[in-house]
Amino acid sequence: MSANDPRLAVTTSSVRGVVDMTHGAGGRAMAELIRDIFQRHLANEFLAQGNDAALLGTVCGRLVMATDAHVISPVFFPGGDIGALAIHGTINDVAMMGARPLWLSASFILEEGFPLAELERIVVSMAFAAREAGVPVVAGDTKVVEKGKGDGVFISTTGVGVLADGTDVSGSNARPGDAILVSGTMGDHGVAILSKRVHLDFETEIISDSQPLHDLVEAMLAAIPGIRVLRDPTRGGLSATLNEIAQQSKVGIVIREAAVPVKPEVAAACELLGLDPLNVANEGKLIVICAAQDAETLLTAIRAHPKGQDAAIIGEVVADQHALVRMKTRLGGMRVVDWIAGEQLPRIC
Amino acid sequence: MKYVDEYRDQELAKTIAGAIATEADSEKSYHFMEFCGGHTHAMFRYGVQDLMPQNVHFVHGPGCPVCVLPICRLDDAVELAERHGVILCTYGDMMRVPGTKHRSLMRAKADGADVRMVYSTLDALKIARENPERQVVFFAIGFETTTPPTAVAIKRAEAEGFKNFSVFCNHVLTPAAISHILESPEVRELGIVKIDGFLGPSHVSSVIGSQPFEFFAEEFQKPVVIAGFEPLDVMQSVLMLIRQVNEDRHEVENEYTRVVTEEGNLKAQALVSAVFELRKTFDWRGLGTVPYSALRIRDAYADFDAEKRFELSVKASREVTSCECPSILRGVKKPTDCKLFGTVCTPQNPIGSCMVSSEGACAAYWTYGRFREPKPLEAAK
Ligand code: SF4
Repeated sequence: MSANDPRLAVTTSSVRGVVDMTHGAGGRAMAELIRDIFQRHLANEFLAQGNDAALLGTVCGRLVMATDAHVISPVFFPGGDIGALAIHGTINDVAMMGARPLWLSASFILEEGFPLAELERIVVSMAFAAREAGVPVVAGDTKVVEKGKGDGVFISTTGVGVLADGTDVSGSNARPGDAILVSGTMGDHGVAILSKRVHLDFETEIISDSQPLHDLVEAMLAAIPGIRVLRDPTRGGLSATLNEIAQQSKVGIVIREAAVPVKPEVAAACELLGLDPLNVANEGKLIVICAAQDAETLLTAIRAHPKGQDAAIIGEVVADQHALVRMKTRLGGMRVVDWIAGEQLPRIC
Repeated sequence: MKYVDEYRDQELAKTIAGAIATEADSEKSYHFMEFCGGHTHAMFRYGVQDLMPQNVHFVHGPGCPVCVLPICRLDDAVELAERHGVILCTYGDMMRVPGTKHRSLMRAKADGADVRMVYSTLDALKIARENPERQVVFFAIGFETTTPPTAVAIKRAEAEGFKNFSVFCNHVLTPAAISHILESPEVRELGIVKIDGFLGPSHVSSVIGSQPFEFFAEEFQKPVVIAGFEPLDVMQSVLMLIRQVNEDRHEVENEYTRVVTEEGNLKAQALVSAVFELRKTFDWRGLGTVPYSALRIRDAYADFDAEKRFELSVKASREVTSCECPSILRGVKKPTDCKLFGTVCTPQNPIGSCMVSSEGACAAYWTYGRFREPKPLEAAK
């Protein structure tokens, strides 16, 4: 959050103290919590209806829906926090179908003892993220668990979007010969989180790339309506996502190490931590696969968008019955690009 | 990235590869053992093998600290965490190594033991400081590179008067292991393992210097080239080894002069010898009992020795019999010779230690190199 971040201009209410069991008990304390924190900051016409469910109106087109649970430590990190992440993550899941996100819901699991001021900071950030993306939070719920039964705050969000006729984006659409592009540098989010967690002092602070991508996707589909695959490489990074696509589409993938954009400071941090930037999470980048002849047009469209300036063509889809993802190394050799084994970096998204 | 990218440059790689192709005698075959898992990892990660002629072979050595720790010591660590109720601090990889009956520290943790992953010995000290009512044990593993930080932690714990911090010491020594391999019947008499030279360890040598390797070059008439961990370092060192073999020389050469000196880091050596002394013998996975190959904490620091503070039971530790790690660590077999490789045993579900650490040969073969096999192995689901 920079000094002129509009989130700082929001006046926070005078909430003090910490979450206790009464905040989830359905009584007065809970009503106040909802009023003073959730309604106050997330306010919109749907929440104002004040009913058990939100009335949304009619939409024309095929609907898509996605849900995502967020548990992250630390809750506040350079470039974002769990609140903004919960909004961005679900918007992006909807957008990766090529759909336009319309509404979100959010539910909170709070641990007894969590500071209310921090909760408010998170909700303010969520409200800002939702407003900035133009996707309102139309329904919500809160539960409190006893101390020791949670980890501060868990947020789960669900999103609904609508898909334009003719859009057919799916992880199973990749075909041999197709081009693979990424919208920007890899590994920023995961390294931002880890650098905080292991107290690494880098000269330049690495900022999470947490951002909504639906506007970028819209611009991309306008340029190339026949986009075949869209994915955001979150947990497990580029490696995991490429492997998922390879298996879903039953194809092989070959990428070029030298073509994959990685910030020098992220590369340096990974070197220090013994990580591979390809395995590190992103929260505001996408992978796109399209027909080879569309690749240059698509690249130009992505680069023309503020969220895609570092975009690059990183490789191609090949026929391979073993669905292996391989990489031509900078040295000129070849290697497999594998999923990371187990959860070596727990809870970073 | 400066200092890193320049050692991975493709043009330079081509030049060195060209020189290797010209100088490697097609009538001969060259077998070089890279001692360190760090080299194994670098070679596979950057595809160094693809730039080598057919007659240059690599024999993967035992220099992966996670891989060589015998199962009984791992079982001891599990016991410390479970039976003695300590906070056991360990490096990440160690958590996933299966012990007897597949019991790993990760399993113990899931069952309620307090096992914590740390990045450094100082993290462990911090945990001890924050939990004065609990006993905290640092599970120390590794070669000469990781020994000085452990010594620092013990010294600091003493200076600060810690009553709840101790070290379960499993530090091992590189030169002893190399001698042991060179003296093994497989190398000496049976000729099952052919070794024409060594890629010497890089980080280890920065501590102990290049001098300890003079002995092997002399005694066993094998060339040693101390090599950095960057892929271009590895290639340059292979070229230097080929030249020595062609010229029938067996010297210690230092490719990694930007870090390694002849005598090493004297300060670190002094620190280590103040805190540790040699064990008469130590068990290694794969190599068996190797004399004078490991360190233990000196009596002066007995208060910080977990082996003295806690009574560890004698266990009937058992390896999985079909796991070929022991032979792989001696260079006798390759990961693909193991029946479990890629079928039962993958990084997601490691059966042996060589599949756990990124420096282990099985993990490197599977993670980076499995497309090379005659029949590429299916990606793990
Ligand atoms: S593949 Fe697994 S079981 Fe086989 S030797 Fe390697 S670690 Fe042991």
